[in-house]
Amino acid sequence: MAKLRLLFRKEGRTVYISHLDLLRTFQRVFLREGLVLRHSQGFHPHPLLSFALPLPVGQSSDCELLDFEVDGQVDCAALPENLNRFMPEGIVAVDCWEAVRPIRELDALRCRVELIYDGGVTPETVQAVQDLFARQEIVIQKRTKRKAMADVDIRPLIRSLAFAAEGDALCIDATVAAQNPGLNPALLAVAVETCLPEHAPDFVRVQRLSLMDGQEMPFR
Amino acid sequence: MDKRLERILPRVQKPARYVGGEYNEIKKDKKDVELRVAFCFPDTYEIGMSNLGFRILYGIMNNMPGVWCERVFAPWGDMEEELRKADIPLYALESGDPIGDFDVVAFSVGYEMAYPAILNMLDLGGIPLHASQRTELAPLVIAGGTAMYNAEPLADFIDLALIGEGEDEVPELLELYRRAKREGWTKSRFLRAAADIQGVYVPSLYDVTYNDDGTVRAITPLDGAPAKVYKRVVHDMDKSYFPAKTIVPSTEVVHDRVTLELFRGCIRGCRFCQAGYVYRPVRCRSREQAFQYGVEACKDSGYQEMTLSSLSTSDYPGLVGLCDDLEQFCRESHVNLSLPSLRADNFSMDLMQRLQRGRKAGLTFAPEAGTQRLRDAINKNLTEEDLHQSLRTAFSGGWNAVKLYFMLGLPTETDEDVLAIAEMANHALHTWRESATNKNRGVRITVSTSWFVPKPFTAFQWEGQITREEYERRVKLLRNAITAKAVTYNWHDGDTSFLEAVLARGDRRLGKVLELAFRKGAHLDAWSEYFDLSRWEEAFAECGLDPAFYANRVRSQEEILPWSVISCYVSDKYLWHQRELAYQSVPTPDCRTQCSGCGANVVEGGECSRG
Ligand code: SF4
Repeated sequence: MAKLRLLFRKEGRTVYISHLDLLRTFQRVFLREGLVLRHSQGFHPHPLLSFALPLPVGQSSDCELLDFEVDGQVDCAALPENLNRFMPEGIVAVDCWEAVRPIRELDALRCRVELIYDGGVTPETVQAVQDLFARQEIVIQKRTKRKAMADVDIRPLIRSLAFAAEGDALCIDATVAAQNPGLNPALLAVAVETCLPEHAPDFVRVQRLSLMDGQEMPFR
Repeated sequence: MDKRLERILPRVQKPARYVGGEYNEIKKDKKDVELRVAFCFPDTYEIGMSNLGFRILYGIMNNMPGVWCERVFAPWGDMEEELRKADIPLYALESGDPIGDFDVVAFSVGYEMAYPAILNMLDLGGIPLHASQRTELAPLVIAGGTAMYNAEPLADFIDLALIGEGEDEVPELLELYRRAKREGWTKSRFLRAAADIQGVYVPSLYDVTYNDDGTVRAITPLDGAPAKVYKRVVHDMDKSYFPAKTIVPSTEVVHDRVTLELFRGCIRGCRFCQAGYVYRPVRCRSREQAFQYGVEACKDSGYQEMTLSSLSTSDYPGLVGLCDDLEQFCRESHVNLSLPSLRADNFSMDLMQRLQRGRKAGLTFAPEAGTQRLRDAINKNLTEEDLHQSLRTAFSGGWNAVKLYFMLGLPTETDEDVLAIAEMANHALHTWRESATNKNRGVRITVSTSWFVPKPFTAFQWEGQITREEYERRVKLLRNAITAKAVTYNWHDGDTSFLEAVLARGDRRLGKVLELAFRKGAHLDAWSEYFDLSRWEEAFAECGLDPAFYANRVRSQEEILPWSVISCYVSDKYLWHQRELAYQSVPTPDCRTQCSGCGANVVEGGECSRG
C-alpha cells in the first residue's frame, strides 16, 4: 500500500517521551494492531516510519504527522481508533490518509507559547515583550551543530505573533517557519530571557497547534 | 500532573522515566480501592522495569479486586536533588500520590547493594525509617526478593519480610491487611497475625542476643512467633500467573523485550550459588503453556525480541521442541529469539546456531574456575573439553568474540587455579586459530573475573571472603599471566564486592551502619557513579563494628548464623556436607541424574519432579 500519513496529538505525561523513544513506541503500536511496517532494504533494515517535524521533549502538540508504509490494505478511516487502543496515555491518533503532498511543502507551524509568571503578568511585561518582538532583529545565542554557541537572528523565522495575558501567563499565538530552517518556538521564550532578563518568565509551556503550507492553508 | 513536577522534569536526565502513563499501566478508580500498595524497586526505572519478578507481582496484586498496586523507582541523583529542593515527596507513577499516603510500601530487593536506596526512598517519601517509629498500621513497610533470605541488616527498618517467590504469600498478606484495616487492628496485632502466614518473617518478633566475640548467642521468638520461617514458592508453574499482558515502557530500559520464564530453580547445585539453593526444587512450565505465553506476550507488547529466561535455560526439558515452535512464530512475526545463560555443551551450541540466524553477537560462557579440580570443588559441571568443543563450533560458525567469566577467591583456590584461567584463554585462542573460518576479522577473547562473595544458604555460607590484599594479588598474578594481545582481561572493582560480602551475611547490628552510611550520602550505591566505600568505613568505625568480622571471618559449624530462623528447606546439614565435598573436590550429581537429598522435596510434598 502507498505511503500513509497519521495525524496524532501528544499531550500530558507523554510529552517527555523523546523522539527516538516515540519511534520505537509507534513501531510497537503498529504491531499490536497487527500491522507489519514495510522495512528499508539493505544490511540493517529499519521500518519505514518518519515524523514530519520532530517534536522537542517537553512540548505538547495537536498536529504531529507520522508517515509510514505497510504491506497490505489498511482501512484509513478506522485506523486512528484502532491504534488508540494500544497507545500509551497521551498519544492520540486523530486522522489518517494517503500521503500525497511531500513534507517539504510544509512551511509554517502555528503554536502557543505560554510565558508563566508566578507573580502574575504585569502590563509592563506585556508591553516589553511586544516591543521586543517589534524589533527588526532579535539575536539570541544558539548551539550550532558543532556544539559551539553562535548568534542567530530569529526575527526572519517569525511569521506572525499575537499576545494575550491570561491569568499568570502571557500567551503568544505564534506562527513560525517550520523547516529549512525552522524555528523551535521555545526560542521565543529564550529571546525574552536573553533580551529582557528582568521579564524572564518562571516557566514556559509550548504547544504546537497546526501546520500550514506556503499559501497559509492547512498542510495535510 | 503536579505543577511543581512539571517545572522540574525539563531539567533532569531522561524525564520519561518519572511520569508513568505507559501502555498497560494499571489505573484504578480510587473510590473502588480499599488497599493501596506502593510497590518500590530500590533502583532506577530502567533496572526495575527489566525485572520479571516485579512485573509478576504487579500483575498479581492488581488482579485482586479492591487493591491498587502502583510502581515507585529510585530517582537518579539529579532528580533526587530536584525533588528535595522542591519539597516533593517521592510518588508512585500511576497516581502521582506520595508513597507516605499508601497502606503498604513494598520493596522488591534482589541485591544487597540496594539497601541504601531503600532508606533513601523511605526518606524521600517522608516515611520514618525505623519500624518502631511507625506506630500506625499504615504505612506498613515490607520487603521481599532474593536478598531477603537474610533480612537482618534491614530488621530495624522493615515491618516484615517475605521469604520466597511472593505469588502465594503476597495476596494472603494483603487479605489479612485488608481485614486488619477494616476491623481497626493495631499494628502489633496485625504483625503477630501476619507471622502465622507461611513465608512471612517479622523481625521485631525475634530477640537476638550476642556473645562477647560478636557472634549470635541466641535468637528467641517472642509472643509465640514460629521458631522457623519457611520459604514459600510456587508449586505448579502452569497454574501460576505470567504477565503476558504487561507494561511496555515508553523509554528504553535495560531488558527491553519479552522475557519468557521457562522454569524456576536449577538442577545443577553450584555450591556458590544462592539462587540455585533457595529456589529449589526445579519447577517447570509446560512447553505448551510457555509457547502460548511467549506468543501472547509478543503480540500484546509489540516487542520484536524475546528471550528465554531461567537460571539455566539449557536444562529446560522441552527446549528443542519449544524453540521449534517459537522459531516458526518468530520468523513470521519478525521477532528475534535469544537464549541467555548458555551452558557450554553441544546441545546448546546447536540451538544457538540455529536461532542466531546470521547475527553473531558475542558468546558468553562462565567456567567460573580455571582448573577441573576447582570446578569440581564448586560443583560447576563443565569440562574444558566441553568448552573447547563449544568454542570450536562457535569459531567455525563465524563467531569471533567470546567472553569467559570466572571468580577469584573461591574456597580452596590456589595460584595454580588462578594461572589456569590464563591457560584457558590461551587454549581458546588456539582453538580459534585451528577452527576459525575467517581469520581476517581477528578474534576477541575477554576474560572477566569477579571477587567471590560468600552468600547465606549456600555451601559456602561459612567461608571467609579472601582479603582485599589477597584478591588484588590474585588479580595481578592473572594479569601478568595473560599476555596474548587478543585476550583482554577485566576484573571487578573490589569495593562493591567487599561491601556485598559484609551485607549479605550481616546481622541486625548492621542497621546502624546502614543508616549512618545513608546519612553520609549513600543513596544509590548499586551504581559506581555514586558508590563510595569510605562512607561505609566511617560508618563502621563510628558504630564500633568491624566489616572484616562479616566479610572475611570463617564461621564454625556450631555458630548460630544470623539468618538461621529462615529456612529454604535445604538443610544446614546438607549444605555443610556440600562444603565438605567441596574441600575434597567431589562433585554432586545434578537433581535430574540423582537426588542428593537436600530437603527441598518437601515443597513437592514428596519427590522432586525429574521433568
Ligand atoms: S530434594 Fe533432591 S531432587 Fe529435590 S532439589 Fe533437593 S537434591 Fe534436588
